[in-house]
Amino acid sequence: MNFFSKLYYKMRKMWKAVQLYLVIAGPGIVVMVADNDAGGITTYAATGAKYGYHLIWFLLILIPAAYYVQEMTVRLGAVTKRGLAEAIFDGFGAVWGWFSLVDLMLVNWLTLVTEFIGMTAALHIFGVPPWLTVTGVVLLMAIIVLNGRYWTWEKIALLFCALNLIYIPGAFMVNPSVSDILKHGLIPNFPGGFNGQLFFFLMANIGTTIAPWMLFFQQSAVVDKGMQEKDIPWGKFDTLLGSALTVVVAIFIVIVTGTTLNGTDIDSAGQAAAHLMQTDRYVGTFMAIGLFDAGLLGAICVSLASSWAFGEIFGWAHSLNQNIKQAPWFYASYFFALITSGLVVLIPGAPLVLITLFVQVIAVTLLPAALVFLILLLNDRPTMGDYCNSAWQNLTGGFIVVVIVVLSSLYGISVMFPNLFQ
Amino acid sequence: MRASLKRLFRKIGEINHRYREPRIQMSAAVKASLLFLRFYLLFLVCLMVYKFILLLN
Repeated sequence: MNFFSKLYYKMRKMWKAVQLYLVIAGPGIVVMVADNDAGGITTYAATGAKYGYHLIWFLLILIPAAYYVQEMTVRLGAVTKRGLAEAIFDGFGAVWGWFSLVDLMLVNWLTLVTEFIGMTAALHIFGVPPWLTVTGVVLLMAIIVLNGRYWTWEKIALLFCALNLIYIPGAFMVNPSVSDILKHGLIPNFPGGFNGQLFFFLMANIGTTIAPWMLFFQQSAVVDKGMQEKDIPWGKFDTLLGSALTVVVAIFIVIVTGTTLNGTDIDSAGQAAAHLMQTDRYVGTFMAIGLFDAGLLGAICVSLASSWAFGEIFGWAHSLNQNIKQAPWFYASYFFALITSGLVVLIPGAPLVLITLFVQVIAVTLLPAALVFLILLLNDRPTMGDYCNSAWQNLTGGFIVVVIVVLSSLYGISVMFPNLFQ
Repeated sequence: MRASLKRLFRKIGEINHRYREPRIQMSAAVKASLLFLRFYLLFLVCLMVYKFILLLN
């Protein structure tokens, strides 16, 4: 009897913990899964197609890297109740603040264009014309945000996050060899030796896992959700779960293309989906749906990151808990970015490839600055108090930031000068 | 249109005034980090200008 009462008590305690987590869950999972956006899916699909399972071990390393960077935004947001844009203005003055804000607007707008490129390419496989995709997406995103509640928006976003798992059944359908995955994927190795092309792929994978908008988005989402200091442990757990989930999805994409398209050069995820349609109709369909979902989730988060940042600095009402009448500028900036970036994709002969490459270059001007500001703000003891970075956190976080800065910068430079690492 | 632009510039002026002074204490580590960032961004801008000139040629 004593055993059963203890078991019941433990189960009740666990269920309460799960319930509490479900209340706090959101920003971490949404931001990390949205990180697998259209550009991310393309990178992972191309990595699998080029190197098979050989770089899965490298993706696993990205779990702690993404976690350590993003959890800092949880602490900073919960303690200061400010988004990263406002924190940079306040901490480092107007010059660095304007630089970060303008750069964020530019890189986010360009990223939005790439999300629309991915979504139109995905639905084009099913015969949907680009104008219909753009119109449908804008309408869908209007419905999602205009309900006037952060909670509803977050749960809808989590639903799209769940759809991102479509790559997992897709990977099982192509019957990959589990022994090959374990043998080639989990032991660190450099297929074909450490050459320029492999280095480019490693840099691209890092570049797509940590993007500047993610830092701004998660901190603003933590503030908009109203998270307090006591919620930080759950926020960190949410981020860890999101980091693991995003890499798991990336690994399954690599398995799909590594099994079916091994040795093929892939330029875009749309192209990978079209190839897969020829070999296995269902897997190709899954790939296309996943690509559309990734683009949509990315667009939802990227456009919100810009609107939150603008609202924080200009002092406009900037919460999803406010309706369009209460926060007109917040929603105006949201739809302006969304509609203009969607229209770019519809311009005949628009330099879409150039825009896709340009995103990487502009991103490397913002990412190092945002990461350095983040670490410095987390060391501001008068503001952060007990949540200030410890020596160990500075050491690990600092090391990860240095590696990300070096590799993402080299990636940006290699995009500008493609022959540099070959 | 003119009134809107005026309002916008006034708002930007207010923001510049509000965040005139950095609140973070400028320790040696902070100063060194910001100096590194300046050089890093200058280096990137030079690279972009160089690439732009290459494209023009």
